[in-house]
Amino acid sequence: MTKKLQEQLETLALFSDRAERIQALIAIGESFRNNAAVPRTSNTKVPGCESEVFLATEPEREGLKFNFAVDNPQGISAMAFAQILDEGLSGEPLEEVVQTPDDIVYQIFGRELSMGKSLGLTNMVRMAKAEAAKAKPRG
Amino acid sequence: MPGLLEIERKGYAVADALVTTGWVAEHLDDPDVRIIESDEDPLLYASGHIPGAVEVDWTRDLNDPLRRDYLQRAEFESLMSRIAVTPETTIVFYGDKNNWWATYALWVFQLFGHDNAKIMDGGRLKWQKEGRELSKDIPSYPPTQYKSPERDDKTFRAFRDQVMIHIHSGGKLIDVRSPEEFSGERVHMEAYPNEGALRGGHIPTAKNVPWAKAVNPEDGTFLDAGQLRTIYQEQTGLSPDTDVIAYCRIGERSAHTWFVLRYLLGYPSVKNYDGSWTEWGNLVGAPIER
Repeated sequence: MTKKLQEQLETLALFSDRAERIQALIAIGESFRNNAAVPRTSNTKVPGCESEVFLATEPEREGLKFNFAVDNPQGISAMAFAQILDEGLSGEPLEEVVQTPDDIVYQIFGRELSMGKSLGLTNMVRMAKAEAAKAKPRG
Repeated sequence: MPGLLEIERKGYAVADALVTTGWVAEHLDDPDVRIIESDEDPLLYASGHIPGAVEVDWTRDLNDPLRRDYLQRAEFESLMSRIAVTPETTIVFYGDKNNWWATYALWVFQLFGHDNAKIMDGGRLKWQKEGRELSKDIPSYPPTQYKSPERDDKTFRAFRDQVMIHIHSGGKLIDVRSPEEFSGERVHMEAYPNEGALRGGHIPTAKNVPWAKAVNPEDGTFLDAGQLRTIYQEQTGLSPDTDVIAYCRIGERSAHTWFVLRYLLGYPSVKNYDGSWTEWGNLVGAPIER
């Protein structure tokens, strides 16, 4: 896992109260800016995510810039997670990005997600990891 | 009353099972009405909800934390007290995903006999599309005293042994999963995880009507009664004079169809088999069709 993502998880872990954690996640979600430039295609669409999430990447520093688009205005969890992944993975070493555990979804959102919701969010991580694995390490 | 005619024109058997967004907007400060949001997304309510609405969470509030079952009477009374509901309070549920979770919550409330409960037609989607106010303020109401009867698992809920008898007695079954799940091509909803069903297919004699067919995708409102009758009666062969059991994967989607059949089409005997395919698809020796 990247250090930046680890730091984000540690920050969120400080919110032991569920309501406070939800407020923190909502604030993160509200800071998300939908990226109109991300192509909306079957290749960029995150599978299983009902919030209509798309991911496109471009080179950035040691790794990739993870550009997410979330087209469902009610997809607040997806927006929060897209923001966390962008901040935590973009530009970071690809070999660290591919080591991101899928269960960070539960670390962030808790275990009370529906199966569908958890799968959609997990697939956002998996797609980011897959993009990192496809990209050739540079430098 | 705003929106009452709008619902009446849709021709439902129980017209007051639904209220419009306009009706809700007119009753935000009505002490006899409690608005309840029930969503799949755990962040949605806190990110903004109908002013004065309380939240009922489908996992934390409605399910037993250990067993695969729903809350018991004491927990239900505690929940109703916390959300400041009395037996006389009119409850209006709404939520995300075309009221999927709202109808599920309403079904659980019906197990405890709180039948003064309605769904806001169109749910959260329609409210937001109309540009209506959302609030982040968490309302605080004085707790109530609520005495509930024991949970009634006989009237609206079906168990596997009943389903087995139902098959042989000529009762009707409606499978509200996707056609791929119904045919056995998949054992879980598309893009959803496999929750452990070992066999794919459907319960013998079941007819397949995916739950979301009952909804206008543009605004999340229910189709009118004529359209619903075409789907469920003319195309599927259900009729109000037969016992119907609805099922899906774990009983959530089928709670939506249960609401449609019971309230919008007025079927007197319709039950939700919440064990659904995750139970039936694992039962040793249970008959399956593909």
